[in-house]
Amino acid sequence: MAKTDIKYLSPVDVELKNQNKYCRFKKMGINYIDYKDPEFLMRFLNEQGKILPRRITGNSLKFQRRLAVSVKRARQIALLPYVADNLK
Amino acid sequence: MNTYETVFIMNPVLSDDQVKETVKKFVDHIKANKGTITQEENWGLKKLKYTIQKKKTGFYYLIEFQADGKIINDLEVEFKRDERVIRWQTVKLEKFALEYAERRKKKMSTNTKAN
Repeated sequence: MAKTDIKYLSPVDVELKNQNKYCRFKKMGINYIDYKDPEFLMRFLNEQGKILPRRITGNSLKFQRRLAVSVKRARQIALLPYVADNLK
Repeated sequence: MNTYETVFIMNPVLSDDQVKETVKKFVDHIKANKGTITQEENWGLKKLKYTIQKKKTGFYYLIEFQADGKIINDLEVEFKRDERVIRWQTVKLEKFALEYAERRKKKMSTNTKAN
Protein backbone atom coordinates (compact mmCIF):
# COMPACT_ATOMS: atom_id res chain seq x y z
CA MET A 1 0.00 0.00 0.00
CA ALA A 2 1.19 3.43 -0.82
CA LYS A 3 2.25 5.66 1.95
CA THR A 4 -0.60 7.92 2.95
CA ASP A 5 -0.08 11.35 4.34
CA ILE A 6 -1.26 11.77 7.86
CA LYS A 7 -3.61 14.69 8.11
CA TYR A 8 -4.19 16.52 11.32
CA LEU A 9 -7.25 18.59 12.04
CA SER A 10 -5.42 20.98 14.28
CA PRO A 11 -1.79 21.93 13.91
CA VAL A 12 0.49 19.61 15.82
CA ASP A 13 2.30 21.08 18.76
CA VAL A 14 5.89 20.79 17.82
CA GLU A 15 8.18 22.27 20.35
CA LEU A 16 9.94 24.94 18.41
CA LYS A 17 11.11 26.83 21.46
CA ASN A 18 14.78 26.42 21.83
CA GLN A 19 15.09 25.62 25.49
CA ASN A 20 18.35 27.05 26.50
CA LYS A 21 20.43 24.23 27.75
CA TYR A 22 23.53 25.06 29.67
CA CYS A 23 26.36 23.26 31.33
CA ARG A 24 25.69 23.43 35.03
CA PHE A 25 29.31 22.77 35.92
CA LYS A 26 30.42 25.79 33.93
CA LYS A 27 27.66 27.91 35.33
CA MET A 28 28.25 26.91 38.94
CA GLY A 29 31.99 27.05 38.61
CA ILE A 30 32.52 23.43 39.60
CA ASN A 31 35.80 22.17 38.21
CA TYR A 32 36.12 18.88 40.02
CA ILE A 33 33.35 16.31 40.06
CA ASP A 34 33.62 14.23 43.21
CA TYR A 35 33.11 10.51 42.80
CA LYS A 36 32.47 10.14 46.54
CA ASP A 37 29.13 11.95 46.31
CA PRO A 38 26.68 9.47 44.72
CA GLU A 39 23.64 11.64 45.40
CA PHE A 40 25.00 14.38 43.18
CA LEU A 41 26.04 11.97 40.43
CA MET A 42 22.58 10.43 40.53
CA ARG A 43 21.21 13.51 38.75
CA PHE A 44 23.08 12.53 35.62
CA LEU A 45 21.88 8.93 35.52
CA ASN A 46 18.66 7.38 34.30
CA GLU A 47 16.67 4.79 36.22
CA GLN A 48 18.86 1.97 34.98
CA GLY A 49 21.95 3.71 36.23
CA LYS A 50 23.17 4.71 32.79
CA ILE A 51 24.86 8.02 32.21
CA LEU A 52 22.52 10.48 30.49
CA PRO A 53 23.68 11.90 27.17
CA ARG A 54 24.82 15.44 26.71
CA ARG A 55 21.84 16.28 24.55
CA ILE A 56 19.62 15.84 27.59
CA THR A 57 21.74 17.24 30.39
CA GLY A 58 23.35 20.01 28.36
CA ASN A 59 26.80 19.40 29.82
CA SER A 60 29.79 20.68 27.93
CA LEU A 61 32.02 18.05 26.41
CA LYS A 62 34.80 18.72 28.89
CA PHE A 63 32.59 18.12 31.91
CA GLN A 64 30.70 15.25 30.35
CA ARG A 65 34.03 13.44 30.09
CA ARG A 66 34.94 14.24 33.68
CA LEU A 67 31.49 13.24 34.83
CA ALA A 68 31.81 9.89 33.09
CA VAL A 69 35.11 9.23 34.87
CA SER A 70 33.59 10.11 38.24
CA VAL A 71 30.55 7.91 37.70
CA LYS A 72 32.77 4.99 36.75
CA ARG A 73 34.91 5.50 39.84
CA ALA A 74 31.84 5.62 42.04
CA ARG A 75 30.67 2.36 40.48
CA GLN A 76 33.97 0.68 41.21
CA ILE A 77 33.69 1.31 44.96
CA ALA A 78 30.01 0.31 45.00
CA LEU A 79 28.63 3.78 45.68
CA LEU A 80 26.64 3.50 42.45
CA PRO A 81 25.33 0.34 40.80
CA TYR A 82 26.54 -0.85 37.43
CA VAL A 83 23.05 -2.04 36.57
CA ALA A 84 19.82 -1.17 38.35
CA ASP A 85 16.11 -1.35 37.82
CA ASN A 86 14.60 1.43 39.86
CA LEU A 87 17.32 3.79 40.84
CA LYS A 88 14.98 6.75 41.31
CA MET B 1 55.67 13.51 45.11
CA ASN B 2 52.04 13.25 44.21
CA THR B 3 48.91 13.22 46.26
CA TYR B 4 46.79 10.12 46.13
CA GLU B 5 43.52 9.10 47.62
CA THR B 6 42.60 5.53 48.41
CA VAL B 7 39.14 4.30 49.30
CA PHE B 8 38.89 0.71 50.41
CA ILE B 9 36.10 -1.53 51.61
CA MET B 10 36.64 -4.09 54.35
CA ASN B 11 34.77 -7.25 55.17
CA PRO B 12 31.67 -6.45 57.28
CA VAL B 13 32.24 -9.38 59.66
CA LEU B 14 35.34 -7.76 61.17
CA SER B 15 35.24 -6.41 64.70
CA ASP B 16 36.14 -2.78 65.42
CA ASP B 17 39.61 -3.78 66.55
CA GLN B 18 40.22 -5.80 63.42
CA VAL B 19 39.15 -2.83 61.30
CA LYS B 20 41.59 -0.58 63.16
CA GLU B 21 44.31 -3.16 62.76
CA THR B 22 43.72 -3.42 59.01
CA VAL B 23 43.76 0.34 58.58
CA LYS B 24 46.90 0.63 60.68
CA LYS B 25 48.62 -1.94 58.50
CA PHE B 26 48.12 0.16 55.36
CA VAL B 27 48.87 3.46 57.07
CA ASP B 28 52.12 1.98 58.35
CA HIS B 29 52.89 0.65 54.90
CA ILE B 30 52.58 4.13 53.42
CA LYS B 31 54.63 5.68 56.19
CA ALA B 32 57.33 3.04 55.85
CA ASN B 33 57.68 4.04 52.19
CA LYS B 34 58.27 7.73 52.99
CA GLY B 35 54.69 8.75 52.42
CA THR B 36 52.84 11.27 54.54
CA ILE B 37 49.20 10.87 55.48
CA THR B 38 47.23 14.06 54.98
CA GLN B 39 43.72 12.87 55.69
CA GLU B 40 41.92 9.86 57.08
CA GLU B 41 38.19 9.34 57.02
CA ASN B 42 36.19 6.53 58.47
CA TRP B 43 32.86 6.22 56.69
CA GLY B 44 31.77 3.28 58.81
CA LEU B 45 29.56 0.42 57.74
CA LYS B 46 27.84 1.22 54.45
CA LYS B 47 25.55 -0.69 52.19
CA LEU B 48 27.06 -1.71 48.87
CA LYS B 49 25.07 -0.93 45.74
CA TYR B 50 25.84 -4.38 44.40
CA THR B 51 27.20 -7.53 46.01
CA ILE B 52 30.95 -8.02 46.13
CA GLN B 53 32.11 -11.51 47.09
CA LYS B 54 28.58 -12.22 48.28
CA LYS B 55 28.71 -9.33 50.74
CA LYS B 56 26.09 -6.64 50.84
CA THR B 57 27.76 -4.26 53.29
CA GLY B 58 31.28 -3.17 54.07
CA PHE B 59 33.44 -0.87 56.19
CA TYR B 60 34.56 2.09 54.09
CA TYR B 61 37.79 3.89 54.81
CA LEU B 62 39.54 6.72 53.00
CA ILE B 63 43.22 7.63 53.19
CA GLU B 64 44.68 10.67 51.47
CA PHE B 65 48.47 10.72 51.31
CA GLN B 66 51.47 12.21 49.60
CA ALA B 67 53.95 9.75 48.26
CA ASP B 68 56.13 8.76 45.39
CA GLY B 69 54.27 7.09 42.54
CA LYS B 70 56.39 3.97 42.82
CA ILE B 71 54.84 2.83 46.10
CA ILE B 72 51.33 2.63 44.67
CA ASN B 73 52.02 -0.66 42.98
CA ASP B 74 53.24 -2.22 46.23
CA LEU B 75 50.30 -0.82 48.09
CA GLU B 76 47.85 -2.33 45.63
CA VAL B 77 49.57 -5.68 45.94
CA GLU B 78 49.17 -5.44 49.71
CA PHE B 79 45.47 -4.77 49.26
CA LYS B 80 45.16 -7.70 46.92
CA ARG B 81 46.84 -10.06 49.35
CA ASP B 82 44.80 -8.96 52.32
CA GLU B 83 41.66 -11.04 52.62
CA ARG B 84 39.99 -8.54 54.92
CA VAL B 85 39.80 -5.99 52.10
CA ILE B 86 37.18 -6.69 49.47
CA ARG B 87 37.59 -3.65 47.21
CA TRP B 88 40.00 -0.74 46.89
CA GLN B 89 40.57 2.17 44.58
CA THR B 90 43.50 4.56 44.43
CA VAL B 91 43.08 7.84 42.60
CA LYS B 92 45.66 10.50 41.87
CA LEU B 93 44.53 13.96 42.88
CA GLU B 94 45.23 16.63 40.28
CA LYS B 95 45.07 20.39 40.62
CA PHE B 96 41.32 20.82 40.87
CA ALA B 97 40.88 17.71 42.94
CA LEU B 98 43.35 19.04 45.50
CA GLU B 99 41.42 22.31 45.78
CA TYR B 100 38.26 20.31 46.28
CA ALA B 101 39.93 18.08 48.88
CA GLU B 102 41.09 21.14 50.84
CA ARG B 103 37.58 22.57 50.89
CA ARG B 104 36.21 19.20 51.92
CA LYS B 105 38.68 18.97 54.79
CA LYS B 106 37.72 22.41 56.06
CA LYS B 107 34.08 21.48 55.89
CA MET B 108 34.71 18.26 57.78
CA SER B 109 36.67 19.99 60.53
CA THR B 110 33.99 22.64 61.05
CA ASN B 111 31.34 19.95 61.16
CA THR B 112 33.19 18.00 63.82
CA LYS B 113 33.74 21.14 65.87
CA ALA B 114 30.02 21.88 65.78
CA ASN B 115 29.30 18.41 67.06
